[in-house]
Amino acid sequence: MADMRVNIAGVEFKNPVITASGTFGYGREYEHFFPLSKLGGISTKGTTAEKRNGNLAPRIAETPSGILNSVGLQNPGIDKFIKVELPNLKSKGTVIIANIAGFSVDEYVKICEKLDATNVDMIEINISCPNVKHGGAAFGTSCQSAAEVTKAVRAATKKPIIIKLSPNVTDITEIAKAVEAEGADAVSLINTLLGMRIDINSRRPILKNNVGGLSGAAVFPVALRMVWQTANAVKIPVIGMGGISTWEDGIEMMLAGASAIQVGAALFKNPFAAVEIIDGMNAYLDRKGIKSVNEIVKKVQPW
Amino acid sequence: MKYVQGKYPIIAKTTLAREVYDFTVCCPKIARAAEPGQFVTIAADGFPLRRPVSLCGIDKENGTIRLVFEVRGKGTKEISGLREGDMIDIIAPLGRGFRLKDYKTAILVGGGIGTPPMVPLAKIYGENCVAISGFRSAPNVILQEDFKATGAKTVLCTDDGTMGRKGFVTEALREEIEIKKPDIIFACGPSPMIKGVVDIAKEHGIPSQISLEERMGCGIGACLVCACRTVRNGEEFYAHVCQDGPVFESKDVIF
Repeated sequence: MADMRVNIAGVEFKNPVITASGTFGYGREYEHFFPLSKLGGISTKGTTAEKRNGNLAPRIAETPSGILNSVGLQNPGIDKFIKVELPNLKSKGTVIIANIAGFSVDEYVKICEKLDATNVDMIEINISCPNVKHGGAAFGTSCQSAAEVTKAVRAATKKPIIIKLSPNVTDITEIAKAVEAEGADAVSLINTLLGMRIDINSRRPILKNNVGGLSGAAVFPVALRMVWQTANAVKIPVIGMGGISTWEDGIEMMLAGASAIQVGAALFKNPFAAVEIIDGMNAYLDRKGIKSVNEIVKKVQPW
Repeated sequence: MKYVQGKYPIIAKTTLAREVYDFTVCCPKIARAAEPGQFVTIAADGFPLRRPVSLCGIDKENGTIRLVFEVRGKGTKEISGLREGDMIDIIAPLGRGFRLKDYKTAILVGGGIGTPPMVPLAKIYGENCVAISGFRSAPNVILQEDFKATGAKTVLCTDDGTMGRKGFVTEALREEIEIKKPDIIFACGPSPMIKGVVDIAKEHGIPSQISLEERMGCGIGACLVCACRTVRNGEEFYAHVCQDGPVFESKDVIF
């Protein structure tokens, strides 16, 4: 058995596999399949200051090897998260990352101040949700606003901060560098790619929101490329995600430069995807005689 | 028991109508736990999302469930290619089914591929229910023998009158209520039908429960995509068809 432990911004994970925000709720549903303690960590459903219903259905459409979603940050609000969900999650023996989103810099700050007083392990700042009209992605698509949010949340909490980046930008490395300069402890990428599908009979978009975020295996090569570029541009750890469906994808993502990985859409078809990826990666390391998973990070040998 | 994921053998496969398939799957644990109105999700090889299919039969003694589904697209086409003896990858039982409470008599209204979840209810209510089914045309008609075998009174409607009576299930529903007002109405079918049934139930002061459909992701309540507008504690709340439903009290649903 290889040593699967990784350390991100001083937080130790028993393995590098984290379930991705928005696909795993607050953990209660998948716990019927496997103990949550098997996971390296859980990034919780994106939570806002107030409760939200999100967008109208349909909020999902299937695409070739992918999924478009337009949930729009449905969540019970940060107070209920802290009171009800966090204590439950913290009893599960895995790293808990609170994923949060805001519609103004003040809202991000307010949520971080509240989380600062809890025992949550890390905060993942979602500046890249493509499914809300104001805020969300708007913060993640310019260096200036991304830096502004990072600076503000940095001042609001001592918890390690991960900034979750949008791929819907010209150069993701510039955004990564901007948030690193303002004190982000890590970056995670990629959030979903903006996409669309149309019903050719009704001539209506399938999603009621017209457009939505693309995830799943279809986006994996794009995610891998962006993680590789970002890992070569910043010194802080990069958490890689986007279409990871198998242990081979996990290994690739870490070779590209990810210090840890997140698994999301793959869970919908195979609820055991994350735990199978952990086991598969471990077996790969053993076969290769590699003692620690950290030894493969950024070890791709580019031509 | 909550839901489980596994691969189970298909022990019988038949075709009920054009592009409508009937699988009997041997899965004793799931059969023991399942209730009328619940559903399963089926993995389709090569597709990222599972397909939800309602339970048409639950045989606790023999440890089998019955899945009747229509080919709607490429994913269901793929599933329809499975044969007797093949393993089918399902997560089940899922969602909240029908709440029978102390309702003694019922009218079941099924439209098209919304008819299958009415069969387990007919088995429970037998002669104390009327099973109204509606289809586009004679070649689409399914499950009438199954309803008759339960002792239920059956009423068949087709849009074009090629089998049973000509017209919509809503007209038949009005007539059956006139004959005998039931304690409850259960319905599943296309949204205009559901809306029509709920309006009639309301007019007559009869409670109704409806089984709804929505595009799903995880099927277990984690991804929150299958939103359904409802009222909860006096406030608008987007419930989720896979977890809070698929069966809802129609008084809670915002149409």
